[in-house]
Amino acid sequence: MRDAFTRTLFEIADRDERVMLLTGDLGFGVLTSFAAAYPKQFLNVGIAEQNMAGIAVGLAREGRIVFTYSIANFNTLRCLEQLRNDACYHAANVKVVSVGGGFCYGALGISHHATEDLAIMRSLPSLTVVAPGDPYEACALTQSAWETAGPFYLRLGRGREPTVHKDGSCVVLGKALRVRAGTDVGIVSVGGMLPDALAAAERLDKEGIAASVTSMHTLKPLDEAAVVALAREVDLIVTVEEHIACGGLGGAVAEVVAGLSGTRARVLRIGLGNGFSKVIGSQEYLRQIHGLSPDGIVERIVTTLRE
Amino acid sequence: METLDTQALAHRIRLDALHMVNRTQASHIGSMFSMSDIVAVLYGRVMDKRPTEPSWPHRDRFILSKGHAVAAVYAALAATGYFDPALLASYYSNGSVFCGHISHDVPGVEISTGSLGHGLPIAAGMAYAARQEGAVHRVFTLLSDGECDEGSNWEAILFAAHHRLSNLVAIVDYNKIQSLAPVSETLALEPFADKWRAFNWNVLEAEGHDHEALAAALDVTPVPNGRPTCVLAHTTKGKGVSFMENSVLWHYRTPQGEEFEAALRELEANTHA
Repeated sequence: MRDAFTRTLFEIADRDERVMLLTGDLGFGVLTSFAAAYPKQFLNVGIAEQNMAGIAVGLAREGRIVFTYSIANFNTLRCLEQLRNDACYHAANVKVVSVGGGFCYGALGISHHATEDLAIMRSLPSLTVVAPGDPYEACALTQSAWETAGPFYLRLGRGREPTVHKDGSCVVLGKALRVRAGTDVGIVSVGGMLPDALAAAERLDKEGIAASVTSMHTLKPLDEAAVVALAREVDLIVTVEEHIACGGLGGAVAEVVAGLSGTRARVLRIGLGNGFSKVIGSQEYLRQIHGLSPDGIVERIVTTLRE
Repeated sequence: METLDTQALAHRIRLDALHMVNRTQASHIGSMFSMSDIVAVLYGRVMDKRPTEPSWPHRDRFILSKGHAVAAVYAALAATGYFDPALLASYYSNGSVFCGHISHDVPGVEISTGSLGHGLPIAAGMAYAARQEGAVHRVFTLLSDGECDEGSNWEAILFAAHHRLSNLVAIVDYNKIQSLAPVSETLALEPFADKWRAFNWNVLEAEGHDHEALAAALDVTPVPNGRPTCVLAHTTKGKGVSFMENSVLWHYRTPQGEEFEAALRELEANTHA
């Protein structure tokens, strides 16, 4: 996804000289070619994320479209108030791009686990929040960040994620994307959990449970119509996110479903509990021990259906 | 560029601010009086601007980073033609956009602040953009001294010097008093000028109520040595009303009743002096 982002940003920067890329001294080997190709559109502000957010707003107020790049929680939580007061309140064209959503940097420790960002960023007024599920989604949503006026948060994985779609033409900002049909259970995923959600659905087939899978790459504004339709279509909606189970995708979906009258689906929220990971490890390892592997997802769904 | 009588403007600012704060039982009158002369010199003499065209691209930019002292800026904007002075009556009131901390919904205001340590980074971004475009306008931002406790300022101070933003002026309203106690007892800033110099800024020190000295210091940009400029304006908190001067109390205390009347009398007497 990181490469999909940089490749798209190259194309955008080439077409639009208003586009600038700011980094908080991260992106070695990823951004260096951008800096060489577009020196006037690149700025390494140093390890100073609060200042980076402020600089970005100042540049945006003067007509630039500014991407701020960093990893994990550095350009989100570290400068949260600058994003709220300066970027969001001023509806500034600041596009916050964080690499390493969830447990991508799992072995680096808790500081590098980006596992509350979706809940926090979703609460900021006027901010668009997206987390692509594959490299095609990353390309399309980077393009959307450029085209959409106002502040934007793009949560990326790292690299080498599998592709799910055939191309990016199916990806539309704000539109839920159904990638698998199924009438018993509706799995909805956000961000890099999409391939695992699909793998879980395949395994549920063997249990005789037909699960649909939807990529909810745009968390805000949420495609509420798609959630409502799904809540009428299946008995159980399952949200899957590499993130705490409150306030992110699960919270957003539950908010919509709770408002529905009549017969509607239950919502099972699969995500992280209220505690920091006691151990470190690879992304795959941490997903597994926190119940986010395909098997873990299947087990939760089967157990819930039996209740 | 039209130049106004900055003494008359400063007087207008103080009177309006006193009335606004009294009417709404608001705080921060000491902070407003402290910077009234700086604001008067900026709006009356130094800054290039078009009040009837607030987004004029060539205007000098001003960001009030110590957003709590906004009544003085609203008063300056009203007095210089950005909007009808009658609108000042809605300051800090139900249904108004004239917030108790500066709001960009008010004509002529570039940036809303209120949490300290936000203005200078944004100003640096604006100055960087202007420099990149070859634009001649300048970017001014006004900070409080206590605000310099915020680390984000020092990130921006490094940045502005590194990028040689000579079109940027950071003014510090250096009255030596912050909200609970003197600066020296809270988090000492001295040697303050040396700190800015060590970060490769030009530092100019001026008596913060002397309009000629302020104008001389503020109008130096862009400076030929390529450095951003810090103007340390040595001010008196509560300046203009004897019992408010150099008093921690008047950061939060609101002038009401006899204290309001006494303050008004002093300000009005000073006009005729």
